[in-house]
Amino acid sequence: MVEIIKIKTPLTDHDIQSLKAGNELLISGKIYTARDAAHREFKGNPPFDVKGQILYYASPTPAKPKTVIGSIGPTTSSRMDAFTPELIKKGLKATIGKGNRGREVVAAMKKYKAVYLVVPGGAAALLAKHIKKAKVMAYPELGPEAVLELEVLDFPAIVAIDSKGRNLFEIGKKEYRR
Amino acid sequence: MREILAKKITEAIQNLCIEANTDLSEDVLAALNKALTKEESPTGREVLRQLINNAKIAKQEKVPLCQDTGTAVVFIEIGQEVRIIEGSLEEAIHTGVSLGYHKGSLRKSMVADPLKRKNTGDNAPAVIHTEIVPGENIKIGLLCKGGGAENRSAVKMFNPTAAKEEIERFILETVEKAGPDACPPFIIGIGIGGNFDTVSLIAKKALLRPVGKHHSEKDTADWERELQEKINKLGVGPMGLGGRITALAVNIEKRPCHISSLPVAVNIECHAHRYKEATI
Repeated sequence: MVEIIKIKTPLTDHDIQSLKAGNELLISGKIYTARDAAHREFKGNPPFDVKGQILYYASPTPAKPKTVIGSIGPTTSSRMDAFTPELIKKGLKATIGKGNRGREVVAAMKKYKAVYLVVPGGAAALLAKHIKKAKVMAYPELGPEAVLELEVLDFPAIVAIDSKGRNLFEIGKKEYRR
Repeated sequence: MREILAKKITEAIQNLCIEANTDLSEDVLAALNKALTKEESPTGREVLRQLINNAKIAKQEKVPLCQDTGTAVVFIEIGQEVRIIEGSLEEAIHTGVSLGYHKGSLRKSMVADPLKRKNTGDNAPAVIHTEIVPGENIKIGLLCKGGGAENRSAVKMFNPTAAKEEIERFILETVEKAGPDACPPFIIGIGIGGNFDTVSLIAKKALLRPVGKHHSEKDTADWERELQEKINKLGVGPMGLGGRITALAVNIEKRPCHISSLPVAVNIECHAHRYKEATI
């Protein structure tokens, strides 16, 4: 049985160090969306304090009337790799997306204590259910790529790479390869 | 000669866009459920459970399965006894996509110019493949194809003397490289033969076959099963986090080709395989 760990944002170094690749998490609190265009706009300086925070690489479908948000699954994280080490250095504690990360991102995660989380691509309708509030935080002109502040409740995520650099993509593939 | 109003095509396309994006087909859902019984990795099983649950929520609430609601790829077979009236075929399709993506609250993911990259705002234009067939009906197939999986597809022109093992190696390498980014477990469409353009098209058409249905030729059907087994031994697993289920299906389509050619195309499709059909 896989252990399920509940965590609340903002995250501390202590929270991060207790997480291991393969852990299943339920996240509550505030998280922020940002993908390609927002990262380009950051120019290294996001318009909010990233200390202790989580960035979710995602952009939703348009919300239907009387709903909080549209479907919102992850996009491919590696496209954000070039920008991530600097944000981790500024205190960002976790990123959420899909797919593996580059060497420099993992090095920064080990040095400054951060984790990389994965949510299933294509589970966009399910993930939207765990979002209780959403508001545009920055760059409304980017449309679906604007930075959103999301209030999440028991948002499910899997630790893919932990702060020791253990990588579930590598460990898992090796374990099940025949 | 049967006359069909262009707006009938628009209506059908509009409905298909919404249906495909919100209602995962029974065959794909059955394949995910079967995968759940076979997957050995606990993380893999959790991912599969979430995907199955996601499909239920999307259907109940009529919301998109995935936020990448894709490029609308339209396969249209027009009976040669049909005359389309009061509008052009292409216009009717593009309008259907535009209306469907607006009404269904689907994401608009098309840019007008591949280098200038300005969004067209309505997910049109569609990619259209037209065939003229006998009869007096119009059959429309709509595949909403996400960008992540499409990006990991590949074409290779082999020497006609290439061994089967070389082709297998190319297929396995393409699937492994697609890895976690392209949202496994995949459906793999493989085109073999034809030329540079048809090989990609038949690889995509191979994706349209219901999951679990094999090629009509026994040796090709056997190769599909063998390839699926080999792909599932790669260990990639659901969302690439390790596991025994990397492919839900491997479908091969073949075409005659030139004596000096042996083109092979691998079209990667994510588990959110959104394909629906309608006949007018």
